Amino acid sequence: MADLIDQLTQRLGTHRVLTAREDILPYGFDGTATLKQLPACVIFPRDAADVSFALILAREHGAPVVTRGSGTGLSGGSVPLPGCIVLCLAQMDRILEVDTANLTLRAEAGAITQKIYEAADAAGLFYPPDPGSMKISTIGGNVAENSGGLRGLKYGVTRDYVMGLEVVLADGSICWLGSKCVKDVAGYNLRDLFIGSEGTLGVVTQVLLKLLPRPAARQTLLAAFLSMESAAETVSAIIAARIIPCTLEFIDQTTLRCVEDFAKVGLPREAAAILLIETDGHPAAVAEEAAHIEKLCRDHGASSVRRAANATEATQLATARRSAFSALARLRPTTILEDVTVPRSELAGMIRAIDAIAQKHALAIATFGHFGDGNLHPTILTDERDHAEMHRVELAIADIVTATLERGGTITGEHGVGLAKKAFLRRQLGDASFELLRLVKRALDPDGRLNPGKIFD
Amino acid sequence: MKSLRDLDYSVLQQCMHCGLCLPSCPTYEETKRERHSPRGRIALMRAIADGELELTKTFGEEMYYCLGCLACTSACPAGVNYAELLETARSEVEQSGVLATPTRSFIRTAMLRVVFTRPRLLRAIGRLLWLWQTSGLQTLARRAGLMNLLPSNLRRLEPQAPKILEKFSHQLIQPIESPVAPRAALDVGRSMLDVERCPAPPPSTVRLRRVVVLTGCVQDLAFADINRATVDVLLANGCEVHTPPVQPCCGSLHAHNGDNVTARDLARRQLDLINPADFDAIISNAGGCGSHLRAYGHLLHDDPAYAQKAAAWSAKLRDIHEYLVEIGFRPPTATAPTTTVTYHESCHLCHGQKVSAQPRAILRALPGVKLRECAESQWCCGSAGIYNITQPETAARLQERKVGHVLATGAHIVATANPGCHLQLANGLAQHAGNSGAPAIEVTHPVVLLARAYAAEKLG
Ligand SMILES: Cc1cc2nc3c(=O)[nH]c(=O)nc-3n(C[C@H](O)[C@H](O)[C@H](O)COP(=O)(O)OP(=O)(O)OC[C@H]3O[C@@H](n4cnc5c(N)ncnc54)[C@H](O)[C@@H]3O)c2cc1C
Ligand code: SF4
Ligand code: SF4
Repeated sequence: MADLIDQLTQRLGTHRVLTAREDILPYGFDGTATLKQLPACVIFPRDAADVSFALILAREHGAPVVTRGSGTGLSGGSVPLPGCIVLCLAQMDRILEVDTANLTLRAEAGAITQKIYEAADAAGLFYPPDPGSMKISTIGGNVAENSGGLRGLKYGVTRDYVMGLEVVLADGSICWLGSKCVKDVAGYNLRDLFIGSEGTLGVVTQVLLKLLPRPAARQTLLAAFLSMESAAETVSAIIAARIIPCTLEFIDQTTLRCVEDFAKVGLPREAAAILLIETDGHPAAVAEEAAHIEKLCRDHGASSVRRAANATEATQLATARRSAFSALARLRPTTILEDVTVPRSELAGMIRAIDAIAQKHALAIATFGHFGDGNLHPTILTDERDHAEMHRVELAIADIVTATLERGGTITGEHGVGLAKKAFLRRQLGDASFELLRLVKRALDPDGRLNPGKIFD
Repeated sequence: MKSLRDLDYSVLQQCMHCGLCLPSCPTYEETKRERHSPRGRIALMRAIADGELELTKTFGEEMYYCLGCLACTSACPAGVNYAELLETARSEVEQSGVLATPTRSFIRTAMLRVVFTRPRLLRAIGRLLWLWQTSGLQTLARRAGLMNLLPSNLRRLEPQAPKILEKFSHQLIQPIESPVAPRAALDVGRSMLDVERCPAPPPSTVRLRRVVVLTGCVQDLAFADINRATVDVLLANGCEVHTPPVQPCCGSLHAHNGDNVTARDLARRQLDLINPADFDAIISNAGGCGSHLRAYGHLLHDDPAYAQKAAAWSAKLRDIHEYLVEIGFRPPTATAPTTTVTYHESCHLCHGQKVSAQPRAILRALPGVKLRECAESQWCCGSAGIYNITQPETAARLQERKVGHVLATGAHIVATANPGCHLQLANGLAQHAGNSGAPAIEVTHPVVLLARAYAAEKLG
């Protein structure tokens, strides 16, 4: 190990190779509760060549490599392994090109999602994926987790915007997958293989993203409901009316109160649930859609519907919603967030099931999520030091997974499998599909060098 | 004694390492290293509480590399009490002695325990400094190259020292001033007629508010005019203003630098001097002091003799801007030529006290003033208590960044409400003016501008 570190230091310099306990300790975890493990060292490569160098060295020394962006992951994907090298791309954060002729943007993998949004915006363009963590998550992390966001309903997820990738494979080779061409069917679509691969197949060092024209108008609405049921019914009604808003987010009362405590944007604390709805596009269409949505909300028992007065207020509301998960930490010391998705027709039933599970195990579970996508984040509020309760938490998670799978859902809608969900993956995929995943992993990373133990053992 | 292990563990646990605070942390932005981020620092503190990490010199240095700007607390949705964590960690670092060197210990004792606990001594030193700066000695010494005899650290700081004013607060402010009568007595060269037209609302409609103004340490020596202006605007809004002529230091410097014992002691002395029950509000006009003064309730919560009084104090403590807005201050009416003003937020005012809209409301109410926002107005300017002494490089980079944003607004005046920021901006802007030949932008306190506007009414 000492030899490995020496060689890394020789190439990168001392300030890009961290080994002191005080330095590596804060890389022992990501955003996932209760998981932590010290790495052997943390390195900051400058480019793909540095990454390649590190991977080749790691192979020679038999050291595992864990790639990391900003460590906001919620399934333990960037939690280190004993003796591993953490390859942190946070300092590879340049936006390399905004191509307004082709509507693309090229950036290093460590670029912050928000900065990508801003760079596009400055050119009058639009990068839609906006995970709740966008203020700090990296685009590489977004690609690795195929992150979704508040605008997923209309605009899709990260995968829908990746046109090309620079990837360093486990053997150190550097490849480009994809291109600026809107149509490109040369060979297998290997680019997509790396999207959502959670750092287990290769290290993404650059991304080429598709941008859209910026929508001319936007309208944000906030509807309050006295029951969860009526909020869920409103969502079904909006979709059934063939309206696809760009955002259709849901927050329950517990979450709502925590969010309001933090953001102070005047959310109705008495509501049992609120929906945050945004429509965008041509001004006339937006006005018509907003009016229609408002009517549907009222018809389905909304106790109030408020329209954001201007862009600032709309941004405030969206930002408040993005803080939901972290704000819940105000109530109990440990917050364990689930990430399940069901077909949208199953939403109301799933909400009821979560309620029943909370009661059965005597746990506090707050729920919020991307209602329009069927993606729910039941969040268990607990304390990791209470062992009896933590045991009930495990049982509850298993029940939530079962309830999800029974409804034809998936065990993760956007946060990935990582360490947190791997016990359930085979159940969802079935044996053949599960083995196929392994086959792919073995083909690309025969020694199991990259993020071993994540997704599956 | 404060220590991380004794701390209620849930304060440490509160951080769920979501990372949402990282982009607002200036030291993380500098290096992109977790250790230099709020999440990283909290992880280190927790490791110490858990016994996974020893309290090392590196840890001590990390705690002082943190600016204490509290931008992370505004950003944190989970409501982590970083201020308390940092104070506890620094206090433990001091007890452990990992950073102790003879010079550091000497300077700390001299400054924290001796000078800043004795208001009269501080004033005497201020008087000497004033003599030095105004008698021509300073210029002479500089010309003779005597400065080169100073140790390099002091030589660098000497030109940055605050410019001491001729008069200190107690020479400008009567211990008690009332809205109408005593004000007239003080104002030489103004006829009774002026006083009659003066803005105090008729006493029958408004109950007289009784407030006490805290004059601060550095503020008292270098910015006594700001204290005078604070009293003026309170008088103009119908308050009876009490300003005890000799006030102990509030202890913020001590608390922020790990000297919890002295901080508690100073708080008790403050409470002995000023009984919160006697006043409607206790007014602070310096962001850093205010942020600490608000916390007396918590600081002394376990002191049976003082806990109650301290809680009452905390409930009544108000930042001057906050108070003016709360009582519905009277907008000045005089006409004035247009000036562009920008506002730099003191960290401890916006993040520590969550007072951010009110100073702007005051600036917007000023006749002729166009408020132009400066980019990153909530980003630390690098002053951060004594940070520019302990971490000169980082402080200088932050100063440069701030000056750039201020200049970009094209403002004539930059308003800010904390003596440290005031000095840091003034030094940075003067340096820029020196290099570019452009006139330096004026730095002042929002309240000074308000006082000027009220004064202009009487003249016009
Ligand atoms: C408050 C909060 C809100 C969130 N909201 C959402 C949300 O709305 N939608 C959503 O989808 N997620 C959300 N997340 C989860 C998380 O932010 C995303 O998964 C994000 O994409 C992770 O980015 P990161 O840079 O922090 O990656 P990390 O956490 O550092 O890494 C995540 C995974 O990606 C791998 N990885 C990182 N960079 C690379 C790379 N360059 N090449 C290969 N592999 C890499 C890592 O090995 C790891 O497996 C949220 C998280 C938090 C804390
Ligand atoms: S935002 Fe708060 S909870 Fe999240 S990492 Fe920072 S301090 Fe911790
Ligand atoms: S106080 Fe300022 S410098 Fe320190 S961790 Fe918080 S944001 Fe960073």
